[in-house]
Amino acid sequence: MQSCFATKWFGVAGVLVILVGAGGLLSADEIVVGGQCDRTGPTKFIGTLLCPGANDYIKLVNKKGGINGHTVRYIEVEHAYKVDRGVEAYERIKREGGVATVDYGTPIVYALTPRHMEDKIPGLTPGFGRADAADGERFPYIFPVAASYWSQAAAAMKFIKDQGAAAGSKVAYIYYDNPAGREPLGIFRRICEQEGYGCREFAVPPPGIEMAAAVLDITRRMRAEWVVSHLFGKAPAISIREFRKNGFPLNKVVSLVWGAGEMDMIAAGWKNAQGYLGMQFAGVGRDFPVLREIISMYEEEGQEVPEMVGQVYYNRGVFTAAIIVEGLRLAVENFGLPVTGEKVKMGYELITDFTLGGFLPPLSVTAQDHEGGGWVRIYETKGEDLVPHTEWFQGYRDVVLDELRKAAQE
Amino acid sequence: MINRESGVFQTSYEGDMALYTLPLARNTTRVVVALLVLLPVPLIMANNEHLMSIATTIALAAIGAIGLNLLVGYTGQISIGQGAFMMVGGYTAAILSSRYGMPFWFGILAGGCTTALVGILFGIPSLRIKGLYLAIATLAAQLIIEWVINHVPWISGGAQSSIYVDNPALFGFEFNTEFRRYYLVLVVFLLAFFGAQNLVRSRIGRAFIAIRDRDIAAEIIGVNLFRYKLLAFAVSSFYAGVAGALWTYYLRIANYENFILAVSIEYLAMIIIGGLGSVLGAVFGAIFIKLFPIALDLTVVSISEGVFGVPYQDVANFLANMQLFLFGALIIFFLTVEPEGLARMWEHVKRYFRLWPYSY
Repeated sequence: MQSCFATKWFGVAGVLVILVGAGGLLSADEIVVGGQCDRTGPTKFIGTLLCPGANDYIKLVNKKGGINGHTVRYIEVEHAYKVDRGVEAYERIKREGGVATVDYGTPIVYALTPRHMEDKIPGLTPGFGRADAADGERFPYIFPVAASYWSQAAAAMKFIKDQGAAAGSKVAYIYYDNPAGREPLGIFRRICEQEGYGCREFAVPPPGIEMAAAVLDITRRMRAEWVVSHLFGKAPAISIREFRKNGFPLNKVVSLVWGAGEMDMIAAGWKNAQGYLGMQFAGVGRDFPVLREIISMYEEEGQEVPEMVGQVYYNRGVFTAAIIVEGLRLAVENFGLPVTGEKVKMGYELITDFTLGGFLPPLSVTAQDHEGGGWVRIYETKGEDLVPHTEWFQGYRDVVLDELRKAAQE
Repeated sequence: MINRESGVFQTSYEGDMALYTLPLARNTTRVVVALLVLLPVPLIMANNEHLMSIATTIALAAIGAIGLNLLVGYTGQISIGQGAFMMVGGYTAAILSSRYGMPFWFGILAGGCTTALVGILFGIPSLRIKGLYLAIATLAAQLIIEWVINHVPWISGGAQSSIYVDNPALFGFEFNTEFRRYYLVLVVFLLAFFGAQNLVRSRIGRAFIAIRDRDIAAEIIGVNLFRYKLLAFAVSSFYAGVAGALWTYYLRIANYENFILAVSIEYLAMIIIGGLGSVLGAVFGAIFIKLFPIALDLTVVSISEGVFGVPYQDVANFLANMQLFLFGALIIFFLTVEPEGLARMWEHVKRYFRLWPYSY
């Protein structure tokens, strides 16, 4: 009899445990998203600014009540810019129930693309990875959202044209000799031909610290009127110093998005970088509603506002998180719970004219265009600040779209 | 079952020539292989693709490390070009599979063979130079191969230097989940492991070791240096090529950025930590280098969140760098305790139990 009792109680307890467990699962109104980060690898100077930006924005959203009452859990996984760790990071986020990820680093985006397609988990790859991933029909689960390297190069050429470049103008393209650096070459060549510019390309071999000869060539032999620069890591700062040393006006140098951070200006010296033109896909500075909210969040918690708030890469982190949150919001509102990768994908594709109070260009993502239009804005280095030099604009959209079509046919 | 050497008598030549003469060793190997084969079962039940992907990564790295150890550990020819050789295998497989529709097994074999040829080419300097000088020559291999792959559009497949391949499939069976891909890698890993174990106890392996210990003496006793040095490069590169091709099929993309110089150095680190001149050591090294950073990351995150209640994000910079620090300290610790690597440590353990409990 005694043993019977025990069995019964164990049974009841077991059922209770199962019920509580199931209830826990059911009532989990938490939405899990994940992002990779590189805080210790070769791009740590970007990662240590970008990732806190994303974290702070998610924290802000949760503080304001989450997405329609659901809190967002953001898992950050360090991968030190290594491909195998990147795969591990993605699998860990998937394991934790992540419905959307941020992929960090061009080689990692390449390696994870097949996994995103297979698992139907959309990956946000702002400013990384292949330009042709903007084609939503070929890569349904990859969302660059920010301007791709193709769009950036096209926009740089458009800017040059607006500034008075005409047929016969000499334009130099100086690039880091890796896939990311070479990616815009096709666009550059095509626009050069179309406009009749005299163009030349200058490759900077990795690790990108030796470019005295290339810059000398650009400034003295070729006597370029315009320079489009696409460099990474330490290279942008070195290029600024070299151009400066050769007396080349820096307001004729247009850098694509990874050579336009405060870090580069600090490394080159603000004094030396005056007039340098850098391209951005998110606003720079603290003068935006969303950044004011983040600052007041810090102040309410009695913490000092870190210096990085409002800097280029921090703001890009905010941008990334804002896109994720907007995608999740649209997914929850239009397709209901539980949120799945497929719903988030459709959510992203519903984003229209999303500007976050002027912080972003008027982004519109569609099922075909995962790039959001390829908007950029050029900022100028003035004093110890980056100040807007142009409005948000797109360049040679027809050329970019045509290249996308060509890539799809291959 | 746990008979020692003294209790085992071979009555046939086959028995004497077996890879493992001791029943204990044979049974341990069987158990380990069985465990490796059954490893996915609990993971499939828990649907844990995360741990499976870690295991696959380790197995992949182990293949490359075994190959490098045949060259560096057994033959004594230092190479910093392992990454580049893997690159050759990876791109060969990708080109064959994506452009010519070849099946994956052909891609893997062809990747290995092409890389063996490239390895022979870059092994030629080893006939004249040794040691650190050879290391620099293989460093050149790394840079040259990387440059060629990057700048020949036919190989790289365009500016992005990356070629997508489909999921490998065999007789209609598609390796389309993490668990299935593990088996693909596991089979190759086992072949590579036992192949290497057999190779190093054969005439060829003894020739390799003779060259490592003193090449002039080896030449005097009749080892053809020209032939065996190049053979060592060929075999080692074959392994690298197979590993590279498998990486390609595992990720379903060939991209040279998976195999940069830092990766070559990582492989050297694997065999040094694992134990130069030991096949098992290469596997230990691969486990150490690939598993510890991830394990550290997982534990550090859970300690920070579970014990101290601090969200990882708030202290991420500190924790991420802390892991590097710990990992470095671990490497120094293991190398100080046993400079000859983890394989030698394992030998010590075995030797202790050989006499146990009557050790004097």
